[in-house]
Amino acid sequence: MLFDLFLTFFKIGLFTIGGGYAMIPLLQREVVERKGWLNDQDFLDLMAIAQSAPGVFVVNMSIFVGYRMRGKRGSVACAMGAAMPSIIIILAIALFAGGYRDNPIVENVFKGIRPAVIALILTPSIRLASKAGLNRWNWWVPVATALAVWWLGVSPVWIILGAIAGAILYYIFKLRKA
Amino acid sequence: MSGMVIWLKLFWTFFKIGLFGFGGGYGMLSLIHNDVVEKQHWISNTEFTDIVAVSQMTPGPIGINSATYVGYKAMENAGMSRTASVCASLLASFSVMLPSFILMLLISAFFMRYKDHLSVQTVLRWLRPVVVGMLVAAVMLLLNEENLGAFQRDNLQLYVSIGLFILAFIATCFWKIGPIKVILLAGLFGGVFYSLV
Repeated sequence: MLFDLFLTFFKIGLFTIGGGYAMIPLLQREVVERKGWLNDQDFLDLMAIAQSAPGVFVVNMSIFVGYRMRGKRGSVACAMGAAMPSIIIILAIALFAGGYRDNPIVENVFKGIRPAVIALILTPSIRLASKAGLNRWNWWVPVATALAVWWLGVSPVWIILGAIAGAILYYIFKLRKA
Repeated sequence: MSGMVIWLKLFWTFFKIGLFGFGGGYGMLSLIHNDVVEKQHWISNTEFTDIVAVSQMTPGPIGINSATYVGYKAMENAGMSRTASVCASLLASFSVMLPSFILMLLISAFFMRYKDHLSVQTVLRWLRPVVVGMLVAAVMLLLNEENLGAFQRDNLQLYVSIGLFILAFIATCFWKIGPIKVILLAGLFGGVFYSLV
């Protein structure tokens, strides 16, 4: 099981190209659809938690999945798996391939990959939107969040912390009394 | 600076970067620049730019990629051996992950224990729509000139990129093709197509 966790996250780390969000479609495919380790709602919760903590998004998500599956040892297996491809590839470049950055074929390959990765992130967003419990009272929340982050440049951390504070107040003053 | 001091400094610098690096890889890069280039002078500005470029042009999270590379370069610049530089790159990578371990294990343990409590359920119910908005914003932010090609300057790249974006979306959303296959195919296409034109 630990080795399975390591290997799955190694594969995810190897194909996380172009920033942390690129991990989301891979995680959805491998961890939710293939292995069934998490369901869609767990997946949304995981993203909120990983985003609200500092550090590398990918590492945070792997630690959470690993801990859920197999405790502390599971979290080490997942995080090591996710980080290992990075470390191996960068070391190989630093040691043997100083000209990697100026290689025109590498640049061309990435010109093809970058636009595809953005589409890969869009697909799970649509699927997750249907599992997020949206209704006529809260449909504006994702819209406002997207506009604040994209347009006004607000850090998602602040919006998450704001939503947590709001939910706690709502719980204290409304739910607990009822 | 010699002996233990540089190793401790390397550990502490990357531990701090991991601890205060909110908001993903790009937030982390500004911290790395501030500490490693401006304060410690371990690497030059040009080397930093190269490292960022390589981190974006290799698989893996940008935070780990750049930590690994900066650790290596810093030691190489200090005149250390290759073996020492490799050890430094490993140290930097693990130091940047350590705060995540401590914090995420605490958060995960708390979450697993109280996830059925009404207060935690309320927080999660409020957070899920926010996360959907975050994902949409990520897509919007990534649809930029660096990823697609600039309008008028690289019109060909821009049109090809839009085509690839739409095709990749249809492939994953309707044909249910896995993300790894799509990445490999898009990379193969880019490598062949842009090398020929």
